Amino acid sequence: MSASTVAFAPPGPGTPSQAHDPYRLGRGSGSEDESTGHGAGGPSPKSIVVGFGFWIFILADIITFSTLFAAYGVLKDATAGGPTGAELFDRGSAALETTCLLLSSVACGLAMVALRMRSRFWFQFAMLATAVLGASFLSLEAREFAGLVSQGAGPGRSAFLSAFFTLVGCHGVHVTIGLLWLLTMMAQVAAKGFRADIVRRTTCWSLFWHALDIVWVGVFTVVYLMGLSA
Amino acid sequence: MEGADVWSSVRTYLIGLALAAMLTAGSFWISSTGVIYGPGVPVALIVFALAQIGVHLVFFLHLTTAPDNVNNAMALAFGVLVVVLLIGGTLWIMMHMNANMMPMGAAHGPHMHGGHP
Repeated sequence: MSASTVAFAPPGPGTPSQAHDPYRLGRGSGSEDESTGHGAGGPSPKSIVVGFGFWIFILADIITFSTLFAAYGVLKDATAGGPTGAELFDRGSAALETTCLLLSSVACGLAMVALRMRSRFWFQFAMLATAVLGASFLSLEAREFAGLVSQGAGPGRSAFLSAFFTLVGCHGVHVTIGLLWLLTMMAQVAAKGFRADIVRRTTCWSLFWHALDIVWVGVFTVVYLMGLSA
Repeated sequence: MEGADVWSSVRTYLIGLALAAMLTAGSFWISSTGVIYGPGVPVALIVFALAQIGVHLVFFLHLTTAPDNVNNAMALAFGVLVVVLLIGGTLWIMMHMNANMMPMGAAHGPHMHGGHP
C-alpha cells in the first residue's frame, strides 16, 4: 500500500525484488521475475507512472518560475526613481504569509496520511485546514498588493515592480489554482469515495501543493528578505 | 494502514515542520539583525533557503535515494541543472553587460534604462 499509493512514499517492508530491479520496471509480479521489464512483470503500476509524469510537470513549472526569478534578479535595482523593496516590503506580513503556507503544506501532508488510512473524516478535515490556510495566504497577499497599488507602487511604476508583481503574482495564481483543485478533490472524494483514479489525482494535487511551498521559500528569501536587508 | 504506520507518517511531517520552521525563523532573524557581516547576509539567506528546500523534498515530498526513487531523483537533478544554468547564466551575462556598459549619465538621463546607475 505504501509505495504504490503515494508517489514518493518510502518503500514498505517486504520488497526483496528491489535489489534486482532498481527502476521497478518489473514491479507487480514479485521476486521471481528475473528479467525485469520484460515479460511477466510488466510496466510499473499506474500510480507510480502517474506520479512520475506529474513530477516532470512540476519540474517544468519550477523552470518557468526560475525564468521569473532570473528576470527579478536582473531588474531588482531598476526602480526608475521609484520606491525600493526595502521601503515597500513589510517583514511581519511576509512572515505571516510564510507561516500560513508552511502550515498548509503540513496539513496537506496529513491529508495524504488520512488518504492512505482511507479515513474520510480526517481526510476532509485536513483538506479543509489546508484550504483555510491557503485562502489566508491569498487574502494576505491580495491585501499587500492592494496596499502597494494604492500608494502608487503598482506594476507600471518601475521595471522592479513589474518583475515583482509578475513573480509573486504568478505564484499567487498557482496557489489560487491549487485551491480550486483542492476543493475539487474534496468534492470528488465526498461523492465517489477513495476510488483508485481519485486517489491518484489527489496525490498529484499534493505534489503540486508542496511544490508551491518550495517556490515560496525562494520568493520570501530572494524578494522579501534580500530586499529588506539590501 | 496500521496505527504505528500512521504515527510514523505523521511524525515525518512534524519533524519536517519543526526543521522548516527553524530554518525560516533563522532566515528572518539573520535578515533583521546586524550580527552577520552585511555582504554575507545574502549568502547566509541562500544557504538557509537551500537547506529548507532540502527539508521540504525529504520530509514532505518523501524524495529519497532509495532504488525505487531513482527516476524521480534523476528528473530532479536535471531540473536543478536547468534552473542553475538559467538563473546563474542570466545574472552572469547581465552583470557582465552592466559592467561593460558606457556610463549612462549625461546622454540619456539618469532613469532612461533604470537599473544601471
